[in-house]
Amino acid sequence: MKDKRLTIALAGNPNSGKTTVFNAITGARQHVGNYPGVTVEKKTGSTTHGDVRLDVVDLPGTYSLTAYSIEEVVTRNFLLDEKPDVVVDIVDSSNLERNLYLATQLMELGVPLVLAFNMSDVAASRGYNIDEEKLSELLGVPIVNTVGHKGKGISELLDAALVVAGKTASKQRYPNYGGEIEPHLLQLTELVEQKCSRQRSRWFAIKLLENDAETIKRLGQVCPEHIEELTLEAERIRKHIESVCGDAAEIIFADRRYGFISGACTEAVTQSVERRHERSDKIDAVMTNRYLGLPIFAILMFLVFQLTFSVGNPVVDAFDGWKGDLAGAVSGLWGESGADSVLRSLLVDGIIEGVGAVMVFTPLIMLLFLAIAFLEDSGYMARAAFVIDRLMHKIGLHGKSFIPMLIGFGCTVPGIMATRTLETRRDRITTILVLPLMSCGARMPIYVLILGAFFPERVFKVLGIYNVTNQALWLFAIYAIGIALAIVCAKIFRATLLKGEATPFVMELPPYRMPTIKGLAIHMWERTWLYIKKAGTIILAIVVVLWALAYWPKLGEEKLGVFEQQRAVVQAEKQADAEQIAERLEEIDNAEHEAKLEHSAIGRVGKTIAPVFRPCGFDWKISTATIGAFAAKEVFVGQMGVIYSVGEEADEESEPLREKLAAKYTPLIGFCIMLFSLISMPCMVTVAVTVREAGWRWALLQVGYLTVLAWVLTTIVYQVGSRLV
Amino acid sequence: MNDRNNNSLPTIPLAMTLVGQTVTFAGVRNAGRGLTHRLAEMGLAPGENLEIINRGPGPFIVSVKGSRFVLGRGMVHRILVRPE
Repeated sequence: MKDKRLTIALAGNPNSGKTTVFNAITGARQHVGNYPGVTVEKKTGSTTHGDVRLDVVDLPGTYSLTAYSIEEVVTRNFLLDEKPDVVVDIVDSSNLERNLYLATQLMELGVPLVLAFNMSDVAASRGYNIDEEKLSELLGVPIVNTVGHKGKGISELLDAALVVAGKTASKQRYPNYGGEIEPHLLQLTELVEQKCSRQRSRWFAIKLLENDAETIKRLGQVCPEHIEELTLEAERIRKHIESVCGDAAEIIFADRRYGFISGACTEAVTQSVERRHERSDKIDAVMTNRYLGLPIFAILMFLVFQLTFSVGNPVVDAFDGWKGDLAGAVSGLWGESGADSVLRSLLVDGIIEGVGAVMVFTPLIMLLFLAIAFLEDSGYMARAAFVIDRLMHKIGLHGKSFIPMLIGFGCTVPGIMATRTLETRRDRITTILVLPLMSCGARMPIYVLILGAFFPERVFKVLGIYNVTNQALWLFAIYAIGIALAIVCAKIFRATLLKGEATPFVMELPPYRMPTIKGLAIHMWERTWLYIKKAGTIILAIVVVLWALAYWPKLGEEKLGVFEQQRAVVQAEKQADAEQIAERLEEIDNAEHEAKLEHSAIGRVGKTIAPVFRPCGFDWKISTATIGAFAAKEVFVGQMGVIYSVGEEADEESEPLREKLAAKYTPLIGFCIMLFSLISMPCMVTVAVTVREAGWRWALLQVGYLTVLAWVLTTIVYQVGSRLV
Repeated sequence: MNDRNNNSLPTIPLAMTLVGQTVTFAGVRNAGRGLTHRLAEMGLAPGENLEIINRGPGPFIVSVKGSRFVLGRGMVHRILVRPE
């Protein structure tokens, strides 16, 4: 028997709990990609219900189907072009009127529709009494109560979806626009039907009257010979409506849709008290207080790093230990004669040291993503935008630009994608240009490596209660430097290349919600998995290349012989005690290691470029790792791992990378490495996304200005610092 | 601007209102069609009541149709309202 296959599209306002319903339907069977041609995230998943296989598409969260934002365009085009078998509109039942606005548009579009009244438990506890049966009758659409995060009503929702799937929506109602408008609308609808499209003719007519550019373009493609006639007629009616009603046609339409909803709700919903925001308003009285808001924000940010560090570090240390054990075990397979084995060196010095160096930081990355997911899911992210608006206003942006920047702390790439929500291109470009200064998760391993090597952990007591480590303070300082630079750079861009007035800032504040463990886990895992995947693919490839460059060409027998002789001389000395001999042997080993590296391809390349980085205090090893970081920031760590282990006879006693670095460099150089990594050119993926989002000129500018800025600042710090210390 | 609620009360910028006050939305100064339409779709159409929940250092939080909106520093000077 061949199973039936249906496509369900999930639509809904942002913050309606759409994602929790999607998670409840599909579980872990999810796939995240992009809509073709744009960088709006497309989430798909699948499940079976009865004997039907369901492909579920999670559409972007939108308030309406007007083509103002790219999300709305994507949603609309998906509904028009892909024609899903059924659309489920997820409605926040504690905020019916505003959420049903999208539903009225879906009804006008004539798609097979089911309404999921989500968070119905919250609505009930807040004093809403909804007569779903009556409302369903008034709207002509099936309604199912759901509680997304508890998985309640999901099965019933799918039952209802299967019933309406693929059927023409005959019973659905839609708003009546009243005596002044309906006759004209009907006339235009008939005209569209005759000349252009028999399907969705009423919807097209409404959009023509709303002067919707996307729709005019679409109709122009369907019937190029009639589009002028249609737009002229629409223009005429629009003028008429405006003269009769005193407002632009699209405003009247919006107003009447709300009127239609409000009419239905008055009949079917009783409300004992207005309490949806009671608790949220109380929390907000503190969180968004004009004096407390900013300090609270700063403290929260600090706690994020403190938590990440204090919980994550011991785990990273444990992972590091296991990596050492693994290297020793693999190395042991070759026994005594293993020193010359190319395969042993590839496995141990290349793959385990290189990829391992990146992988051991996975716990930290996970914690950071967990913290960001918490800020997003709880609703605090929008408050941060509010609190920071005044500061952002000073640099010519507004609070909304700050959300992509906060996401950028996790990873710059989704941050750049999140700039899609900004209305003007000017704001978007400015935000994209400074986004890489928001220190991303992939830079964390560099900081942790450096801090662990040069700034041994010390614990302070703050207010006699909280334990704060100096490492967390350093980390916080690095992030703060990034933010400060972003502010200065944004200001400069807004005053020079991207001049213009600040754009209007309107944003909805969702009520605070306690994030669910499942939701947090899914969000955290999605992003962490990308990190792990990157380590297993791109980084693995780069590390193997780097290993080869560090392994060949090998030092000649003649030169190796010199070190052998020296060792023999030291061992032959009878007077010296054992300790002295061991020390001198180690010196010789190190010298041999250096010589081998300098002879290798990477050594030669490094030596060539080293002069450029000398003013920053970097030797050729750091210089090559800095260049390698262009592929992915965390490659820096991997590359240092490779450089410091190739040519060394790795065994269980080989010291961790941190100790090698601590022995070789000063804390000042350590700080310079962090500073340079923070600012310098964004990674390959970021550049690629910037090219796609803003064009290659801006991408080039981004790479250029950041690299120059990094070099100049690091040089200043190193030069001043080395004279002071 | 809008004449549907053409009462004799003068309009004032939202920036001049106080926390706790309820006012009627009248329109936005120097607004393009796009912005006015977007506000109307979010529920902020002429004639709509809004309550001032909080005024931060610049932006405002207002309540419209049971939802909370942040209106940025620039917006609060351009939005015109009628006090009740």
